[in-house]
Amino acid sequence: MSARGETRLWLAQRASAAVLALCVLVHLATMIIAVNGGLTAADILGRTRGNPAWGAFYAVFVAAVAIHAPIGLRTIGAEWLHWRGRGADLCWLAIGVALFVIGIRAVAAVAL
Amino acid sequence: MAMREPELLEVDVWRGGSDGSGRFQTYVVPRQEAQTILDVVTWIQRKLDPTLAYRFACRVGMCGSCAMTVNGRPRWTCRTHVAKVASGKRLQIAPLANLTIVRDLVVDMREFFDKWAKAGGQFTPTASRRDDFARVAPESPARREVDAAIECIGCGVCYASCDVVAWNPAYLGPAALNRAWTLQNDVRDGGRVARLAAVAGDAGCHACHTQAACTERCPKQLSPTAAIAGLKRMTARAALKGEL
Repeated sequence: MSARGETRLWLAQRASAAVLALCVLVHLATMIIAVNGGLTAADILGRTRGNPAWGAFYAVFVAAVAIHAPIGLRTIGAEWLHWRGRGADLCWLAIGVALFVIGIRAVAAVAL
Repeated sequence: MAMREPELLEVDVWRGGSDGSGRFQTYVVPRQEAQTILDVVTWIQRKLDPTLAYRFACRVGMCGSCAMTVNGRPRWTCRTHVAKVASGKRLQIAPLANLTIVRDLVVDMREFFDKWAKAGGQFTPTASRRDDFARVAPESPARREVDAAIECIGCGVCYASCDVVAWNPAYLGPAALNRAWTLQNDVRDGGRVARLAAVAGDAGCHACHTQAACTERCPKQLSPTAAIAGLKRMTARAALKGEL
């Protein structure tokens, strides 16, 4: 990949990491509060369904994961397995797309 | 009462190449006051085994020729006292890691210096001899960055310490990127756009994991880690502006 492409991947991973840091904190704090508050799964779904704010939050969360994880896996694959090149990049891209699709399905299930 | 220092050292020295035939050979060397690792190696070659190959030049920490792996860590041997690193009476001396062994303690440094060239390590002049001297303010931020990184002696200790070099043979390495960083901050240099492209990417600054082994072990107390972080910032800005 070109120097420009590599630099953009690096930027995308840094930016998505910053988003993830915030999203993970909010997600964990919300889970702990919900569980300690004694909310059931049905209670939680009752609050998230039809709530565009939670839907948007988790959609952003999923997008950040789908960007961040494959770029990291690409580096691990290159360094530990010496797997580089177009074939490897297409594989990581496919994993990113799969993560996004699976994640968005889950978001739709709790937010719509 | 202070313990007496042991009078003899048992020194395991790597003999042979990197083709699988190499092994450690043990020599017994008398302990001396203020003895350096280079003194030990020189004593072995002069008194015990004249076929031992090793490299040194200045003996005062300027030339960067004598780096070796001492008890598992790369060090400049001329400025490393035995008292600092010998545990008990034993020492192990091996060639630098991450470089091909020529013979015994001598490694082939070509790859190391070729990567300096690949990282754009040459100064690209923008003025001729007819121009006046460039005036670079010593207090300017760019000049301060150069000051912090300029004292590299090219010993290869950082390169031998770097896990990323071991994982990714194309990686330019801490010293070459540190050199590139000094030139990127040299206001007189005309090759900064091309150099930025040379140091970006999988073989360049973006491969660094910021583990800082180079910084930990640099005998000149430089921080290639900081230089590489600077290159990451510089390339990121250039990519966002569409200049990369």
